Formats: sequence, structure tokens, C-alpha cells
Amino acid sequence: MYDIYNFVTGPLVWVSFAILIFGSIYRLGSMYALAKKKDAVSLAYMDWKFSFRSIFNWLIPFKALGWKKNPVLTVVTYVFHICLLATPILLSAHIIMIEESWGVSWWNLPDATADIMTILVIACCAFFAGRRLLQKDVRFLTTGQDWLILAIAALPFITGFLAYHQLFNYQVMVIAHVLAGNIMIAAIPFTRISHMLFAVFTRAYIGSEFGGIRRAKDW
Amino acid sequence: MGIQERLIEDVGLREGVSRLNEDSIQKTVNAVFQGETGARLKAYAEICLRCGMCTEACHFYLSHDKDPTYAPAAKVKQTIGTLLANGGRVSPDQIYSMAQIAYSECNLCRRCVHYCPVGIDTAYMMITMRRICHKLGVTPQYIQDTAHSHSATFNQMWVKDDEWTDTLQWQEEEARDEFPDLRIPLDKEGADVYYSVIAPEPKFRTQLIYQAAAILHTAKIDWTMPAEPGWDNSDMCMFTGDFEMMGRLKRKHFESAQKLKVKRIVMGECGHAFRSVYDVGNRWAGWKHYPVPVVHSVEFFWELLTQGKIKLVSKYPGPVTLQDPCNIVRGRGLGDKLRDVIRILVDGDIVETTSNREHNLCCSAGGGVINCGPPFKNARVEACKAKADQLRATGVKTIIAPCHNCHGGLDDTVHKYELGMDIKFLGDIIYQCMERPEA
Ligand code: HEM
Ligand code: HEM
Ligand code: SF4
Ligand code: SF4
Repeated sequence: MYDIYNFVTGPLVWVSFAILIFGSIYRLGSMYALAKKKDAVSLAYMDWKFSFRSIFNWLIPFKALGWKKNPVLTVVTYVFHICLLATPILLSAHIIMIEESWGVSWWNLPDATADIMTILVIACCAFFAGRRLLQKDVRFLTTGQDWLILAIAALPFITGFLAYHQLFNYQVMVIAHVLAGNIMIAAIPFTRISHMLFAVFTRAYIGSEFGGIRRAKDW
Repeated sequence: MGIQERLIEDVGLREGVSRLNEDSIQKTVNAVFQGETGARLKAYAEICLRCGMCTEACHFYLSHDKDPTYAPAAKVKQTIGTLLANGGRVSPDQIYSMAQIAYSECNLCRRCVHYCPVGIDTAYMMITMRRICHKLGVTPQYIQDTAHSHSATFNQMWVKDDEWTDTLQWQEEEARDEFPDLRIPLDKEGADVYYSVIAPEPKFRTQLIYQAAAILHTAKIDWTMPAEPGWDNSDMCMFTGDFEMMGRLKRKHFESAQKLKVKRIVMGECGHAFRSVYDVGNRWAGWKHYPVPVVHSVEFFWELLTQGKIKLVSKYPGPVTLQDPCNIVRGRGLGDKLRDVIRILVDGDIVETTSNREHNLCCSAGGGVINCGPPFKNARVEACKAKADQLRATGVKTIIAPCHNCHGGLDDTVHKYELGMDIKFLGDIIYQCMERPEA
């Protein structure tokens, strides 16, 4: 058990981060090369000002028409993404592990807060799953990939929560958690979670197109 | 629910798919994917989160009792998405339904862009589907006929070269009753304004040419029209997916203006033709910007009215509402100028529809959908129900719509939903209300 734990919290973490970093560089690099080769008529219009104008306006909740018309989803998706990114980075358990091996540490969330944020992420995932099952249009759109990324996003939180509260077998749960965490990190470049990498650029492009060609806002 | 239950018989689509088999389909589909698309299509297909945020954007969805198969992302799923998932290998019957979706169930209006958090352009996906259909030879008959006309004559309506000049002379003669020294100057080198129209104008909307001539004459503009092909700024090839021909049409148009060394091109009240010069055709021809300045009528009228070149003797009785044409408002930011012009022309308020300016609902005729002709007409007008509801809610009697397509589409809509509203071009109102030069 201890060996497995050591493996998943040691070498495997290196592997996951290597996949994340090199995978992302590869995906972004090859996508850019493809864009240069095939999308010159789109790239030509890329514009810093209009890109940031669009990204900025879309970051504000309820600003864009799409957010306004989907109010519940808007709240859920902001809560989900903020907690999804903030919790693991600011979690004391994570920071302690990093401090033990690297000697660096930073401010951490109180455990009770982190616990609530974890529950929020799980609840958001349940909401997303509910939409996929019950809302007609989303149901029609849903593919296996969508369930996959939902599971990949939810599992580290579910297992982390169970481990933290020492429910079921703690040892097994921690290992399951670390595995799930590793999977999520490694999956970013190669599943639909790649929206984390590419959404900035698709947004920037459409912002540039609306600003430069259409002279209209895109939010 | 679903495309299978709403298939419409069209001889162009039917004959087209009858010549196909899975092998030939796969070859062509992959040739387009590999040869003509790149990172844009790939990223859109990959990162669409199937979140359904865009669903409520589309008037096809809104007008069809929220049938999920009309949602923007659903249309992508049933077309490009299915092709990608199957490596391009689908049956001829599947191509038939994909063609119907791409040509007749999306106006390429881009309203859904305003709803998508990751900035996916569904219209781009539908255009790519049309491109594939064009290459497969599966296009609706009516719009294909206009594309053929473009190829043969450089205009959309089979107008012969002599008919074109004859029509202009005829309109000139008619107008001289009212404006004795009016001319429609042909091929005048170095003119300030080159006025271009769409082929339906000489074919069956000649009063629009008459009105334009009257306005240009009254404003004392130094203008001209070309006697030779290139005069038609419309571009149905852009909508069928015949990009080679689309590029040739735009080149011809600009070259005809360049040959006459004019200062700028002024376009009539048309939306799609404007889109074809500022966004689509120019890109295909490799021009980031276009070689001769182009001004849309809305902008041009704005100049004439604010600079006092046209004065009014009366104002058009309001209140009015307006249709923001996608291609000039969401497409080219002319929403403010359009409202300025209307405020100058109309005595009374502008009652906005709920969705306006760059968030407007399409008239359901744009993107070549109306040009797919009678087989698709009922379906098209049904898709305009959401718009009809918004128009009715304004409670006014006049809709101002500075776009031929919007006119056609709203005409049918007003009729079918018994809205009892008049539809006006800006030119109609200016012509009616302007101060005539003393003869
Ligand atoms: C930091 C960059 C990221 C950005 C800008 C971003 C943006 C978005 C947006 C705009 C949506 C669509 C709205 C919605 O349906 O909620 C979305 C959905 C989603 N994101 Fe992210 N995201 C990011 C990172 C991540 C990461 C790291 C994950 C991890 C697994 C993730 C998982 C998801 C999931 C599962 C959905 C779909 C929710 C559903 O089923 O509808 N995102 N994201
Ligand atoms: C890849 C290496 C990872 C390691 C080694 C790791 C390790 C741990 C450990 C040891 C705990 C504490 C369990 C306890 O309290 O006894 C924990 C909790 C947690 N981890 Fe991770 N984790 C990793 C990745 C992730 C990722 C990627 C996420 C989320 C995206 C995540 C989210 C959480 C959460 C939400 C908790 C529990 C918080 C709570 O309920 O209080 N972890 N993790
Ligand atoms: S008709 Fe307009 S809103 Fe509907 S899918 Fe097409 S571009 Fe989007
Ligand atoms: S809003 Fe964008 S990401 Fe969501 S389903 Fe529609 S196209 Fe896909």
C-alpha cells in the first residue's frame, strides 16, 4: 500500500505534469502551425485589442447575451470553474506535500472553506449531469466525451472529500484520489478539457473578427 | 422531432444525392476537410462543450416549439459533427438531410455567436457544410440556378448584357418625366460614386433603380453605373459554397469599378452583397481589405442627410420599427447610423423590437435561405415566428428594413402572421419625402 502511495504521489505526478506541459505545448504548437498553414485568412485579422476586449467582456458574469439568457448555468459555471481551479492550488493538504518535497509554500484556504468549495464543485457537477439527462437540447447534444470530462472533473473532488473525511478505507481513498487527480492533470491536453487551452484563442479570434471586420461587439 | 420527419423534396438535392455513393462522399468530404479547413474547424469541433448555451439564440429553435434538433450546436452535430465522427463516410441519404439543414435551416446570421462562451461560429460550420455539398453537387435547385446564372453572366438573374443597359435607359426615361434633366450616367470615368445593385433590381424591382437615380440626381452626386458585367454586387455562389465563382464575382465587381477609376462604390440596400465584399469574397480573393472603398446605402444616405445634400419637405409618419439586417448591423456595425437616418426621416418614435441591433433576430430569409425557393418557403416562414411575435409586440404599422432579403422574408412573414404592417426601404422614404430640385 505504501509503495503504491509513494508511486502515485511521486513518479506518477511527474508523469502527469510532463504530459500536461509537453502535451499542451504540442497541442498549442501544432494547432498554431495548422492555423498558419490553413487559416491564413482568419489569422490575418487577429488583433490584440479586439481579442482582449472580447475576453474581458466575456469574463464578466451576466455581461454577454449568452450569460444573461442562461442565468442559472452562468452562476453554476463560474462557481464550478473558480472552485475547480482555486481549491487544489490553495488546499493545505496539497501545499504541505509540496512544502515537504520542495520547501515552498503559500497561503492556504482554511480547511472548512476548502471543504465547502469541494462540495460546491461536486454539486455543480451533479447539476451539469442533471442537465445532460433532463434538458432536451443538452441531452441531444451530449456525447461520451462530455460524460468523460465531467467524470474526470468530479472524481478528484469526490475522492478528495471522502479521504479528507476519512470515510470508507482512508488509504484506498487517498490513493484513488491521487490517481484521479493525476488523470485530470494528464487529460487536459487530450480530452475536451483542452477547452482550457484553446478557448482563449477561439474567443480572441471571434473577438478580432467582430471588432475588425464586423465592427460590432460579440457579447 | 428530427430532420428525418421534416425532409423537404427538392429536385436539386434529390438528383444530387442520386449520383453519390459512400466512397465518393468520403473522398470529397475528406478532401474538403484536409484541403480547405484547418485549426478553426478542428478547434470548434473539439472544444464545443455541448453546453447548449447557444440554443436559445436561434430563431429556428425558438419558432419550432423549442425542438432541440434546431439548436445551433445540434445542427453542427447533425452535419459536420457526424461527418467528423464517421471519417467522412456517410450515406447519400444522410447527405440529403445535412444539405437541408445547412442550406435551409440556418441563415448564417451569427446570432448564436453572442451566446457561445468559447466563441464558436456556428455559421462557419454551416458554410463549411455547404462547401462540401457544393463539391458533392448537392445543392437546392433554385439557388443553384442563380449560381449558374452568376457563372454564365456574372449576374444572378440571367439578365443579358443588352437588357441591363436597356433597363437603365428605360428607367432614365421614366424618371425624366419627374426630373427632366436626370441621367443615369453609364461608364463615366473618374466618377465619385459607382452605384451597384443586385440583379433582381433590373429584373423585377426597377423602381429601386428609379428611386436611387432620383436620389443621386437630387443630391447632385457625380455618379455612374457600369455598362458591362460587374454591375451586380450580389453573390449567391457565396451561399451555395461555390467559392471559386464567388471570388471571380468579387474580382469582376471591383475590377469594373477600378476600370472606371471611380472614387468609391455605393451599394444599394442589400445585406448579403455587402457581406460578400467586406468579409467573404475579399478573403477568398486574398484581400484583407478591398481595393476600392465600399459604402453601404445606409451610410451613404446618412452622409446625404447629415450634410444637407438631401433636404426633406415632409417626414414619414411614425412611429416605426426597424429590422436590423444581420449583414450590415451584426455584420458591419451600422446600427447607430441606421437609427440616425430613421430619426431624420421619420416623424415619431422608433419602437425597438425586443432583440435589436447586434442582437437582432434574423428575418429567416438571409444566408441564401429565401433563394432556395418555393420548396422551402413554408418552412422558412415558420422559422420567422419568433420574429413575427417581436414585430407584433411593437404595435406599429411600419417596418423599415434596409435589405432586399429582409424585405422578401418579412413580406411573407407579415402576410402569414397577419401583422398588417408595411415594409419600407430607406430609399422609398427618402424618395417620397425629399425636396425635389426645381425643374
Ligand atoms: C481555465 C480555463 C478554463 C476556462 C476558460 C473554461 C471555460 C469553460 C466554459 C466557458 C464552459 C462552458 C460553460 C458551461 O457549460 O459551464 C466550460 C465548461 C466546462 N468546463 Fe471549463 N474552463 C476552463 C478549465 C476547465 C478545467 C481545468 C476543467 C477540468 C476538468 C473544466 C471542466 C469543464 C467541464 C466539465 C465543463 C462542462 C460543463 C457541462 O457539462 O456543461 N474546465 N468551461
Ligand atoms: C496529483 C496529485 C495530487 C495529490 C498527491 C493530492 C493529494 C491530496 C491529499 C493528500 C489530500 C488530503 C486528504 C486528507 O485530507 O487526508 C487531498 C485532498 C483533496 N484534493 Fe488532492 N491531490 C492531488 C491532485 C488533486 C487535484 C488535481 C484536485 C482537483 C482538481 C484535487 C482536489 C482535492 C480536494 C478537493 C481535496 C479534499 C478537500 C476537502 O474536502 O477538504 N487534488 N489531495
Ligand atoms: S440561423 Fe443564426 S442563430 Fe441559428 S444557427 Fe444559424 S447562425 Fe446561428
Ligand atoms: S454555446 Fe458554444 S460551446 Fe456551448 S454548445 Fe453552443 S457552440 Fe457548443
